[in-house]
Amino acid sequence: MGTINHHLSDALLMSYAAGTLDEGFSLVVATHVSLCDECRARLESFEAVGGALVEECDAVALSDDALDVTFAMIDTLPLDPAPVRRAVPSNVLPLPVQDYVGGDLDRVNWRSVGGGVMQAVLKTKGKDKVRLLSIPGGTAMPDHGHRGLELTMVLKGAFEDEDGYFGRGDVEVANEDLHHTPVAVVGEDCICLAATDAPLRFKGLVPRIAQPFLGI
Amino acid sequence: MFDTSRASVSTWVFTIARNRKIDALRRMKRPEPEDLAWGPEAEPDQADVLALRQESDKLAAAIAELPEKQRVLIQRAYFGDLSHAQIADETGLPLGTIKSRIRLALERLRHAMG
Repeated sequence: MGTINHHLSDALLMSYAAGTLDEGFSLVVATHVSLCDECRARLESFEAVGGALVEECDAVALSDDALDVTFAMIDTLPLDPAPVRRAVPSNVLPLPVQDYVGGDLDRVNWRSVGGGVMQAVLKTKGKDKVRLLSIPGGTAMPDHGHRGLELTMVLKGAFEDEDGYFGRGDVEVANEDLHHTPVAVVGEDCICLAATDAPLRFKGLVPRIAQPFLGI
Repeated sequence: MFDTSRASVSTWVFTIARNRKIDALRRMKRPEPEDLAWGPEAEPDQADVLALRQESDKLAAAIAELPEKQRVLIQRAYFGDLSHAQIADETGLPLGTIKSRIRLALERLRHAMG
């Protein structure tokens, strides 16, 4: 694993720890944490804050049958501990993404969006949208700004934009302030996991016309 | 799985309650990270367990000592089932104020734990 230089923000980790982040963004957080020990440790700290807040809460009376119900539930649990959840090292997609795709890269249902770029929208329930993007090396994504929040995490290859170089595991957190033109680094295709909560805003005219058809 | 060297009981309880809440209230799947390549250890190091307990106490004390306005916002962010933007709508406070209060609270906690 290479070094990860671009990490999640406190606000994202905290919302994920609190359970208030929508499903698509949560998928990017879970995927990044799968590859990034530093953000995993930060996430555990935010969960510890949640634990400390639980300690502060007022006590609530239990119902009379709470103990019996608990024992009954314990009886229904499988005896074996859950197997360790970890992707095969040769896999490109970390397990949280594989859960949506139904397997590794060969199972992705790609659709061409022109210019050699392919996308696969992953089915989630939140208001946000999450997709896999495959961009041929050396190709630029259309220059675009954002109305909301956009998270882009690299799973394979790399891209560069005004904010720097993004390789496997790196995540770019973009908001209204960032107008960027990501370019896939020459070499292999760049495969990214991208989540947005509002349609992207393209600078050029042509992508704007194509936008409703692409669903970007 | 509960690992006494990585999380306190209250943190473990918190994460279970959070996951139940997401299932029941939000009716969404919660994407979970992969497990760590190592651990949980069959027999956790007692020194780690003790150190974690001391840190948990320290964290609880640091939260209790936060200025009222910051502590209330942190509580809402965790238990209100609201995004920061929704807290802004509800409290009438500008989103920037909420973000900066939460940031200040986190800085204080970091300072207390450092």
